[in-house]
Formats: sequence, structure tokens, C-alpha cells
Amino acid sequence: MSSIVTSIEKRSEKFSFWPRHNEAIYKRLESKHAWLEEKHHPDDARERAEDPLENEMTLNIGPQHPATHGVLRCAVKLDGEIIEKCVLDLGYLHRGIEKLAESKTYQEFMPYTDRMDYLAPYSNNVAWCLAVEKIAAIEVPERAQWIRTMMCELARISAHLLWLGVGLMDAGALSVFLWTFQYREDLYKIFDEVAGARFTVSHSRIGGLASDVSDTSLAMIRDFTDNFPEAVDGWEKLLNRNRIWIDRNNGVGVLSAEEVVQMGMTGPNLRGSGVAYDIRRFEPYLKYNDVDFNIPIRSEGDCLARYFVRVDEMKESVKIVRQCLENLPEGPIREDNAKHAYASKDEVYYSMEGMIHDFMYTDTGVCPPKGVETYHATEAPKGELGFYLISDGTGKPWRVRINSPSFTNLQALEPMMEGGAIGDMVILIGTVDPVMGEADK
Amino acid sequence: MDLPLYWIAAIGFLLINFFLVSASVLVYAERKVSAYIQNRPGPNRVGPFGFLQPFADVVKLVFKEDIRPSAASGFVHSLAPWLMVVIAMTATALIPMARGIVIAPLEVGVLALLALTSISVYGITLAGWSSNSKYSLLGGLRSSAQMISYELSMGLAVVSVVLMAGTLNLVEIVEDQAFVWNVFRNPIGAIIFLVTAFAETNRAPFDLPEAEQELVGGYHTEYSGMKFGMFFLAEYVNFFIASFVIVTLFFGGYLLPFEYLYADALYEAGLGWLMTILQLLGLVVKAGFFAFLFIWVRWTLPRFKYNQLMTIGWKYLLPIALVNVMVIAVIMAIF
Repeated sequence: MSSIVTSIEKRSEKFSFWPRHNEAIYKRLESKHAWLEEKHHPDDARERAEDPLENEMTLNIGPQHPATHGVLRCAVKLDGEIIEKCVLDLGYLHRGIEKLAESKTYQEFMPYTDRMDYLAPYSNNVAWCLAVEKIAAIEVPERAQWIRTMMCELARISAHLLWLGVGLMDAGALSVFLWTFQYREDLYKIFDEVAGARFTVSHSRIGGLASDVSDTSLAMIRDFTDNFPEAVDGWEKLLNRNRIWIDRNNGVGVLSAEEVVQMGMTGPNLRGSGVAYDIRRFEPYLKYNDVDFNIPIRSEGDCLARYFVRVDEMKESVKIVRQCLENLPEGPIREDNAKHAYASKDEVYYSMEGMIHDFMYTDTGVCPPKGVETYHATEAPKGELGFYLISDGTGKPWRVRINSPSFTNLQALEPMMEGGAIGDMVILIGTVDPVMGEADK
Repeated sequence: MDLPLYWIAAIGFLLINFFLVSASVLVYAERKVSAYIQNRPGPNRVGPFGFLQPFADVVKLVFKEDIRPSAASGFVHSLAPWLMVVIAMTATALIPMARGIVIAPLEVGVLALLALTSISVYGITLAGWSSNSKYSLLGGLRSSAQMISYELSMGLAVVSVVLMAGTLNLVEIVEDQAFVWNVFRNPIGAIIFLVTAFAETNRAPFDLPEAEQELVGGYHTEYSGMKFGMFFLAEYVNFFIASFVIVTLFFGGYLLPFEYLYADALYEAGLGWLMTILQLLGLVVKAGFFAFLFIWVRWTLPRFKYNQLMTIGWKYLLPIALVNVMVIAVIMAIF
């Protein structure tokens, strides 16, 4: 034992950076975790003068709290049931995937995006592939684009269904959670049929898709679009006239249009405050220019408005999926250029060139021109998901920066929580709809 | 109507066992009904149709480690679950099960019942305080505030019943409903009592003291093993007894429908025992319906927020209950 300690000490003398680095990290963490308690120390005379009866209490909510949707930690200062101050603490799910991307080829990094917003993995795959296709100037065949559009909308429905079910479960209505999960199960089956995986689909490829959709999967998607709107109507009948649910949301967490823009919020949270910004319409990518859909907007800016926006978005997504099914053209699903996309398996198995192409593509992959940088944003279910890439001419990105909607949206949580009650807390976390895999990256 | 002591003891023993078993039946019923509402099969592995699931749960709870937080106040922490169960079980003594079958036919049965429901808040408050956990404390606080707010309306609803019957004896209140149930004579009182019964038993949508999404587990966050099991047991016994009380006060208690038409004939024919059994069954069926209502509501409605709870209690239920009592008093005085 002692020999190990001495060896560590010796090493630390040699590499003095690490101990100092660790020390600094621990110091920062300690100060971050303790400052609320410090401020509210009963021995502090000034504090005692402000709160002589000690009504205030510091409560640590999360990271293992059932309502914090993963590992979000909120340190709140309470006066009775009222939240006086709230401090968020992120980073419990930090995996450094931006750094990981630098040692992966563009294609190799794609499965990592599944683990970001794990409620809508397909949107993340597509967002990454679109960014890489933009930096490397790769054309994607029509059929692949239509399928991507369709699957992205299904992923949006899947993410919003989870928000609805979990949001209501947080409010105490446990049954709706299982009703929405029935339809999420249908979606998982569709993803399983299309991509071969239920959860982490990894179906999109740079320059196209991994595999074509089968007739079975198209029939499944058609069935889903037929059944789903009826289910949404049923839930709306239950919820829109439910006094408890409406009262718990109405006027809670109000954000004005200026505030949401200042905080850089995106997605349904932005549209709930009356800002008509949707990248699908503002800067259309994939096939969003060729489909007809509305962008639901509410101007109230409270939790109820955001609820209506998300429910309406699900209905619009069904409309888009239907149009995609109608307009789905025949054709290839990947670009027929071995420098840009994987060669088809027929080529790989039956020709020498194909095998070499496959080998080279896996080993080196797409090589965008040196020094090019690009930013491509998509409208993910939670908001604007953007990838900023800088290329150094090799098959691996020189720098990747992810603009994740959950992270920016969480900024609104602190001001919304302050002044609310503990009962509002669960509603507010639900309405921001954060996914910690994406916020912490 | 004076039964020998050993009969009362035997009935008491049977009754307590009946309520203990009914708690596990209710747990099973709750899981099956919730499963039905949520389109899933529910427990179906242990025993026929999963009927032995609650017993398996109890065995699990008994064998679990009993964890006590090091900073908890030991004696009170152990006392609180006992208090809950004992008080819940004591209330069974007051409910008339059939004509002539009641363990404690008190002249002030209604007051005793109200007193027992008031004491049961101590169990939750002490549990919340003694655990020395912030979540438990908040649960305990919420519980006390909720009980105080809703007890007033509940008491006023009961007063309206007492005014009509002119007695505080539960048996006489039941016999007073021989021709018309109180729910038809006093519908507003019945609704108020039903709502406050939900709040008093901490069932959804009034389950704020244990709101698992807000307060993790509320007052029982720091309990495990059989101590948690006792809270669980007390909750189910409580709401089953609340169903019995609702039936006793407003839905004719043990009286069978239109009993005045055939009761005398049956008694004369020497079939008193049949009447007793029928009355007992009738009461359990009626209470079972309200127990189902408790379950149904829990799995359909979201939970109230704290300020909504207070608004309903003080701004709506209390004035309505007061007016109801006044109107009934005036009508009773005139006719």
C-alpha cells in the first residue's frame, strides 16, 4: 500500500499538472455545492437578523430525485413551500463527447449522438449527418431525405410523448404515463423494424441511410398515423377540461418573448412565448420545404401554452409523416460515391474495389477540405440542435461543438423556479423538458 | 342489545382480522384496477390471477432490513407507524356492522370517530419530524395543514347529519335513514364529506404529504421494511374505514334497500341471522364501491398544488358546508 502511495507521490512530483488540476476541480466543486449553505449559515448574525425564526431551509433536489428527469440537481432555498432561490448544478452526466469526437472519424462519431437526446436518437443522427454532409459537400438521394424527414418526425412524436407522460406523472396523474408509453412502444417497434434497434437507432449514415425501409415498416408507420391522432384527441379530452391540470399549469413559469430570446431558448419553449421561430420553416433542411405543416404558436408564455404547443406539434408531425409516406420516391438510399458514403454491401461482398472502398471509408472516411468550418442546425424535438465543425483535412474533425437545446433551455429554469412553490417545481422541470444526456454532453 | 364480553371480544378479533385481510385485498384491487385503467395486465404471477401478490409483498416487507437514519429520533421514529395502524384499527370498533353488531355502541360515536381521524395526523406529523429529513418534514407539515383545513369542513358535514338524526350515536344515525338515505336528504353534505374524506385519508388528488414526485416519499421517505409496511397498511385500512363511514353516515349504513318492507316479516319468521348476514354483506358491498371510487380517482386525476388545496378547503368547502348546516338547521326548526 505504502509503495503505491509513494509511487503516486513520485509521479505527481514529476507531472505536477494533474494534482493541481484535480485540486482546482475539487475546490470549484466544493464551492459550487456549498455556497447556498454558506449563505444561509445560522451562525451568521446578518442572516439571523433577516430570518430570525429560521423559516428558511436549503433543500437539495436531485441528482437522484424522482422528478428531475435524470441527473439534474437543483439546490433551492425554501421559505415554507415557496422557492426563494434556485441554483442549478449540471454536469453529472458529462462524458466529454465533444472531445471524443476529435478522435473518431465522422462516421464513427454518429452512434455517440444517439446517447445525447436519447428520447429522439434519430433526430440527432440526422443532425450530425447533415452537418457532416454540409462541410464535405455531399449530396443525399431524394429517397433518403424523405425517409429521414419521416423518421425525424416520428422521433419528435416519441420525445413529446415522453414529455407528456412524464409531465403528467410528475403532476400525479400516473395513468397517462402508461397510455403514452403504449404509443412509444409502437414507435420503438417501428424504429426496430426500420433500423434494427429500438432505442439507439444509429440508422442514418453520412451520405444517406444504412438500410432502406421495408414494406412492413411502411405499413407499421401507416398504422401508427391512423391510430395516433385518435389517441391524442382522447388525452386532450381528458386533460383540456381537467381543472387540476389546467390550474397547475396556467400562469406558472411565465416567460415573455423578450426573455426567451435573451436566454437563447429554442423549440417549443420559444414558440410557447409567441416567437414564431422554427428552423424547419426558417431555414428548411431535408424535405421540410416540400411538405405542408403549421407551426403551433401560443403567446401566453406559461406552462399551459407550452403544453398546447407540444400537443399541437405532435399532430403536425403526424401530418408531415403522412405526406412523407405519400411522396416517398423510389431510388437509392445512399450516394453512389465511395469517397462520400459507404459502398453498398453488394459491391463490398462481390467486387475488389468495393471491399477496398469499404475499408478506406471505415478507416479514413470522409475528408472535408482543410480549414473549412460549418454550422448546421436542425429543429430537434427540444429545440435547435446544431453541430459546429472545423476540419483539418483529415477524416477526423479538428473540433466539434454541439449546440444542444436542453442546455440552453435549462437557463430558464432558475428564474422560473424563483417565486414558485415546490409543487410548481416538478411542472417547471417538465415544461422545460431537459434531457440531461444532451445538456451535459 | 347488550352482548356478553366474550362475544364482543370475538367480534373484535374477527373485525380486526377482516380489516387486515381487506387491506391486502384492497392492495390487490388497487393494482388490478390501476392496471385496467392503464391497459396492462397487472399482477398475475403469484397465485391464481396474482391474488397472492399482496401476501408476497408483505413477506418481502417483513424480511427487508429496517433502516433507521442515524440522526432520527429513535423512539418517535418507531412510534409513528404504530400510531397510524392502531388508530386506524381503533376506528373499526365504532362502525355498526349489522343490526346489533357493533363493538363500541357509544352514545357519542360520531365525536369519537372525528377525534380518531384527528389523532391520526399525529402519526404522519411525528413520522415527518422524527425522520430528521427535509423531505419528510415537508410532508409532515403539509399533512398537518391539510388535516386542519379539511377537518373543519368534514366536521360541519357531519354536523348536518347529526342535526337531522338528532343524535350522536352512529347506530341511531343509521336507523334514522330507514326510509330515506341521508345522501338524498342532504346531498351537499354528502359531497363535502366525500371530498374531505379523500383529503383526510391522504389519497390522490390530495396525496400531497407523500407526493412522490415532489417530496420523494413525503413523511415515509426514511422508512423501510415493515415500518413502511405499516404506513402502507394504515393507508389502506384508513380509506376502507373512510368508505364505511361514508356509507354509515350518508348511504344507509348496514340497512338493506327498502328494508322496512320486509324486515319485520323476516324477524318474525326467525330469520334474524339471515338479516344480519345480508346486512353485513350489504355494508361491505356499499363500502367496496366507495373503496373502488377511491382507487378510480387516484389513477385518473393529477395531484393538487398546495395553494389550490388551501383555496378549495377554505374558500369553497368551508363556506358551502356552513351554509349547508344553516339551511338544514332552519328547515329542521320550521318542520
